[in-house]
Amino acid sequence: MSLLQVNEVTHSYGNRTFFKWQNRSKKVLSDISFSIEEGTCLGMLGTSGAGKSTLGKVILGLEKPQHGQVLFQGHDIYTVDKYTRQKIRRDLQVVFQDSYSAVNPRMTAERIIAEPLENYEKLTLAEQKRTVIELLERVGLDEKDLKKYPHQFSGGQLQRINIARAVSLKPKLIVLDESVSSLDMVTQTLILELLKELKEDFGLSYFFITHDIKAAYMISDTLGVLEKGELIEYYNSKNQFFTSKNPVVKEMRGSILAEHPRFRSIRARNNHI
Amino acid sequence: MGTEESKVLQVRDLRVQIKTKNGVATLVQDINFELKPGEILGLIGESGCGKTVTSMSILQLLNRKETTIEGSITLKGQELNGLAEKEMRKIRGKDIAFIMQNPMNAFTPVFTIGHQFIETIRSHTHWNKKQATELAVESMKQVNLPDPDKLLKYYPFQLSGGMLQRLMIAIAASLHPAIIIADEPTTALDVNNQKNVLHHLDRIRSEYGSAILLISHDLGVISEMADEVAVMQHGKIVEKAGVFQLFDSPTHEYTKKLLNARPALYLEEPVINLI
Repeated sequence: MSLLQVNEVTHSYGNRTFFKWQNRSKKVLSDISFSIEEGTCLGMLGTSGAGKSTLGKVILGLEKPQHGQVLFQGHDIYTVDKYTRQKIRRDLQVVFQDSYSAVNPRMTAERIIAEPLENYEKLTLAEQKRTVIELLERVGLDEKDLKKYPHQFSGGQLQRINIARAVSLKPKLIVLDESVSSLDMVTQTLILELLKELKEDFGLSYFFITHDIKAAYMISDTLGVLEKGELIEYYNSKNQFFTSKNPVVKEMRGSILAEHPRFRSIRARNNHI
Repeated sequence: MGTEESKVLQVRDLRVQIKTKNGVATLVQDINFELKPGEILGLIGESGCGKTVTSMSILQLLNRKETTIEGSITLKGQELNGLAEKEMRKIRGKDIAFIMQNPMNAFTPVFTIGHQFIETIRSHTHWNKKQATELAVESMKQVNLPDPDKLLKYYPFQLSGGMLQRLMIAIAASLHPAIIIADEPTTALDVNNQKNVLHHLDRIRSEYGSAILLISHDLGVISEMADEVAVMQHGKIVEKAGVFQLFDSPTHEYTKKLLNARPALYLEEPVINLI
């Protein structure tokens, strides 16, 4: 059994009420099926507006799709009873792109990370503090940062705190919605490395949403390409992305910037002056 | 090309300090570089290393009460550091154009694009509205914006980020500036728009001979565009070299770290997308 199975999910925005014209609705996901195995990372590539984030929300149980089902460890997350659902929520975490708006500015780092622990685990205060410190150290921060507020951290540090919060309950699946896209290149790589390590340590699975091909290549085991709400390509091995003949994929490959000035294409075209 | 006249911009011993509650803090120091016509200098470094402060001090956009700028910044022989605000306003937009990171925040939401475009042109020339509009339409065509006449009546929020950034390049290029400072011009954009925007930026360079100071943390952007690269760390330039030399044989530890930050995609896969 796969950890997560998405079966023929179709979703559109804008026709929730009975009286609204049906043809006004905008289809954002059509007939999407895939699965994520335990301990693997599925990278989901797509241009903006392709429906990547909607798919992430559907998986998290935040946006009920009109058709199709999402099975998490065999349970349909939209029909299970309250108690099972609560258990599933614990195993399903998320890290968003904007690290600043994902935390409460009036909470210290300690409280931010301890919040899920308070909700799910019955720990004494001392135990809780020890767990928080362990988590902070695991993501590369230290005890001194416990009492700091979000504005005192840089974007990369705050994203580490978000990750620490997400892994605090040892979940099974984390949805990473453009989690590294707004960071600079060095920080991006450090965070990706951290995510890789955590994946090994905790046996996590990721659903990695991104438009950055290089980042997806670094972390994913399998890759999917979303275009206008359809899963147009799905690869069991990420290297297949580079040999695909699909025109959309070809265009995406064309947008990768050169790694080395030898491969540059922009300056090569108009070289006079 | 070694003579003084061939340099459009020369920055010597730039040092920017800021006054805080706890005393004076140095933001950048010992910044030396120059720009020749048609040259692209890439400025690279991670966030917070002083790239933007450097560009802001060239334009004298930093708060004069809180910061002190030392050193000399000369534009075609004219000293910019300490120049009166009134004089500086004549230079910004005309001789030095600035392209900001986030095109969404760079425009006023309350005026149409046409209003802002024409205002920029008219404040630097003696043209009437009709001539300015013609120039605006002309430079918008240059960057492949569809239906320029209609676009001029739109408000910024009605356009996508990629379109706004191209518009910004059109505004920057319309007055044929000697220098364009592009501060992370593609960071806020979708990957598919990036190449497009860079391509237009390079066209402007080759057509008008503008020198470009290209600030970025993306090595891809630098390797596509730059002639020369300056690497910044903690407010200092730690290495400066030609782009090929820098990528092939970096000397400073930090540069090596930057270059190794991303594993190259092409190592495992042979070069497949040379269009």
